[in-house]
Amino acid sequence: MDIDITLHVDGEPRSLSVDTRTTVLDALREQLGVTAPKKGCDHGQCGSCTCLVDGRRVTTCLSLAVAHDGAQITTAAGLGSERDLHAVQQAFVDHDGFQCGYCTPGQICSAVGMLDEARSGFASYVTADLTAGVVLDADEIRERMSGNLCRCGAYVNIVAAIGELAP
Amino acid sequence: MKPFEYERAADTGGAVAALAGRRGAAYLAGGTNLVDHMKLGIASPELLVDVSRALDARIEELPGGGLRIGAGVRNADLAADMRVRKRYPALARALLSGASGQLRNLATTGGNLLQRTRCPYFQDPTTPCNKREPGSGCSALDGHTRQHAILGASQHCVATHPSDMAVAMLAFDAVVRVRGAGGLREIAIADLHRLPGDVPQRDTTLEHGELITDVDLPSLEIAARSTYRKVRDRASYAFALVSVAAAVELASDDTFADVRIAFGGLAHKPWRATLAEDELRGRPATEAAFRAAAHAELAAAQPLRDNAFKIAMASNALVATLRELTMPRAAR
Repeated sequence: MDIDITLHVDGEPRSLSVDTRTTVLDALREQLGVTAPKKGCDHGQCGSCTCLVDGRRVTTCLSLAVAHDGAQITTAAGLGSERDLHAVQQAFVDHDGFQCGYCTPGQICSAVGMLDEARSGFASYVTADLTAGVVLDADEIRERMSGNLCRCGAYVNIVAAIGELAP
Repeated sequence: MKPFEYERAADTGGAVAALAGRRGAAYLAGGTNLVDHMKLGIASPELLVDVSRALDARIEELPGGGLRIGAGVRNADLAADMRVRKRYPALARALLSGASGQLRNLATTGGNLLQRTRCPYFQDPTTPCNKREPGSGCSALDGHTRQHAILGASQHCVATHPSDMAVAMLAFDAVVRVRGAGGLREIAIADLHRLPGDVPQRDTTLEHGELITDVDLPSLEIAARSTYRKVRDRASYAFALVSVAAAVELASDDTFADVRIAFGGLAHKPWRATLAEDELRGRPATEAAFRAAAHAELAAAQPLRDNAFKIAMASNALVATLRELTMPRAAR
């Protein structure tokens, strides 16, 4: 069963026809040629497919495209340009927050979403006082970024990069 | 993944009508569990009825002081709600202990309650599993049972329920509101999830086509002094080996005026520890009393080959949780 949908990808409306089985991740990569989000585990366990959907970080591998008709999707490629990097992208460069780079687009989208969540006052499991303000120390960053795996083990520099932008 | 038809429901009434009489149809909300199951080949609905835009996504005050949580409220938003953080902190902490930031942004309140076990044999369609394929046998019984149940299991199934959120809701006597073809009904959360018995394919008491529309948290003063402790193999982003939701109310002489306790990771359903609660009410808040309460609840445990450690782990987790909640504020 094919259904016509529109996804707004990095600011551009993109109309396409998708088999109902298509995930947002596969629609982006296979049908629209948007390859910034990566397919790692394809089961919501690794975070490499993370994009911002309607402003929030989600795993696009577990999101069916038909259910996201009309959604605003921002990939790591849409956050900044090569000449004008997003602050999180620049911080990853400055701190060498990657090795092979495969998980990096997901890490960066996740970090952008996580920093927004922190600015909105979201607590985490390691927050001692659930009703106090957010202070993003290294433990908080690790907990809030635990949905993004890096098999190279660049975590130390990823935490440092995000820490530079922490509220 | 098998082909399927897709419909988006405009409202819950339309969703219920779309599923009525169609055994092969299923509701889709956040999709974090169902889409995974469809990829694994352990669920193959012929029709998905998308309720993600039909379900209520608000959290409202109930007359008398409780909260009504729409089934479409995302786990992240429920955990972030300041009323939940202040009045039901164990629930906020349970939600925050589950999954990852990305998944909590997708997963809904209703879907969280209905998520299925992470028993590795259930998730592997090449192995027998009575829950996935009734009558095929239980692979866990002769397999690896580190994560499995120590309470309430049967010879047909030793799986555990994976939700953290439901454990806290059980400690607070939440009420699950359900819409079906016959109208609305309310189910005490203790009666929603079931033990496997000889029908392990049924996780809950819901009938096919029934849709969770809301969860009501009762007004409960004791809930303000509550917490959730989760023990797992990784520090984050892992299912519980053992978890505890507890709330305490101490009298002026430091005896338990009231206490609420529920365990996760021990059984086919979130486990309300009524024996431990009964042991504690009226007793002084001492280490010995905490231990006695844990013993009262866990004496009936029947561990499998690989999970006897869960008895000590659950006992220690309960003692540590009660210690934290009963310590004078200054010493915490």
